[in-house]
Amino acid sequence: MAGIRQISVFLSNQAGRLAEVTKTLAENDIDIIALSIADTAQYGALRIITDDNDKAIRVLKEKSFVTKINHVLGIEIPNEPGALSKVLLAFDEKGISVEYIYAFVGKSGINARVIIRVNDNDRGTEVLRSIGIPLITEDEILKK
Amino acid sequence: MKFYDKTHECMERPELLKLQSERLVALVKKVYDNVPAYRKKMDEAGVAPEDIKGVEDITKLPFTLKSDLRDNYPFGLFAVPMEKINRIHASSGTTGKQTVVGYTKGDLDVWSDCISRGFVSCGIEPGYMVHVAYGYGLFTGGLGVHDGATKLGCSVVPASSGNTARQVTLIEDFKPDAICCTPSYALFLAEELRKKGHKPDDISLKVGVFGAEPWSEAMRQELEANLGIKACDIYGLSEIMGPGVACECEERKGMHLQEDHFLVEVIDPNTGEHVKEGESGELVFTTLTKEGFPLIRYRTRDISRVIYDKCACGRTTARILKPQGRSDDMLIIRGVNVFPSQVETVLMEFSETSPYYMIYVDRQNNHDTMEVKVEMNEAFFSDKISDINGLEARMKARLNSLIGLSIGVTLVEPGSLPRFEGKSKHVVDSRKI
Ligand SMILES: [Zn+2]
Repeated sequence: MAGIRQISVFLSNQAGRLAEVTKTLAENDIDIIALSIADTAQYGALRIITDDNDKAIRVLKEKSFVTKINHVLGIEIPNEPGALSKVLLAFDEKGISVEYIYAFVGKSGINARVIIRVNDNDRGTEVLRSIGIPLITEDEILKK
Repeated sequence: MKFYDKTHECMERPELLKLQSERLVALVKKVYDNVPAYRKKMDEAGVAPEDIKGVEDITKLPFTLKSDLRDNYPFGLFAVPMEKINRIHASSGTTGKQTVVGYTKGDLDVWSDCISRGFVSCGIEPGYMVHVAYGYGLFTGGLGVHDGATKLGCSVVPASSGNTARQVTLIEDFKPDAICCTPSYALFLAEELRKKGHKPDDISLKVGVFGAEPWSEAMRQELEANLGIKACDIYGLSEIMGPGVACECEERKGMHLQEDHFLVEVIDPNTGEHVKEGESGELVFTTLTKEGFPLIRYRTRDISRVIYDKCACGRTTARILKPQGRSDDMLIIRGVNVFPSQVETVLMEFSETSPYYMIYVDRQNNHDTMEVKVEMNEAFFSDKISDINGLEARMKARLNSLIGLSIGVTLVEPGSLPRFEGKSKHVVDSRKI
């Protein structure tokens, strides 16, 4: 399947639940590479990409967290005005909807790294290829 | 076995009415002669035992209320000397004193008979292994069902309540055919069995007889699917006798009342008048044969309906439909009557959530608020907040259309709401009125 595996964790909005996730990962030497949180007044969905997703899922499940794996697209775009807009316009033209988007820090520091969740990863990948935007693979993201 | 006591379970109506009338006349005379509190109430109401000639005269008699039981604590309403009392049970009231009930040897015999009748009507056969996970002790559930199953000739496992890990092991190792407990505890056991990797097909249980708290049709489906059983409802209050006053048959369209022992009336709780046949109201019972602790026109606070048409199973006895709740449990939210069971019924329609929920009632700026927290099913969880918001909105809309109130819904993590081993307490009412 196209894309990078992302783990989502459901958080009842109780103080400390997020801290428990990060503590659990830290105790198991799992590094968080990318992270975003969507929340409402009552609950949140934490989305993370780690350097060991299988282990992360396992240790979180052991702590009774509700988790889900899904695939997202990771891209690297030039760190300049209009770069992201070009990508989003291309998606829009092809009728691909973007559910959410977040940026994370790459190692090179020259380009911007962005995670995009679209409704159709295969078609999303095609569109990105057609406009010359390189996709980051899961292997690349894990390289330190 | 199809019937445990065909004579009484399939009696023709006129014959049954005659039997009930004879028993009522004798009962009224007995309590008048032996229980000063009843004599006083009847004298005050201006009714003498000889005024009661049959069941049609029942409305001449005054009601017995829970407060009468408290006022005569502990033994004031017993109708026989203590040396004739063979067993005592008690139930903790929400307000202070316990309600104490006493049984003669004959009463215990009748109780076991009633439970045996119910068990057979649910499909339990002599020789079945029956796992009893009701609490043993002053509560009527454990020992009542125990005696009934023993009398029927079952192999009884008196597991009692609590210690879920041990209960699960007993079910795994002993492979019982039937289980008796509260429906909420059965759900909890089902969850624990599932966690240990058991599938409904490899769980030995065939029949579940659940009672002591109201439960919905949706919960029945959940229990049947998760445990691979036929789930039946059994009804009874400790004041009247305990479980077995009425019990479902395999048709599961109402609980057959053991009418030769219990006379039921359905009244409007506000006026005390009988409602029309088949209409919803408060159940009122008279114990026609009880010796130790007879009750006349006892108001149960349980709200339900009673139907009299003949059941497909062949029994002719009246059937009590699933109680909608207790008038005590009824919440009045912004002037609307709401039973927790109505909320439960709606929640159970949604496969995206688990059967665990809590209802929180509060009052803010003189405005009642009601919020439901329900555990999300792990399989439903999505990385998209819009999916979760959408589910909450659909649940809210459904609650609103069925109950007529705006009720907040919040999805919470699985396992985060309290589990109950005895009767479940789904409502937290923080209103200070
Ligand atoms: Zn029937």
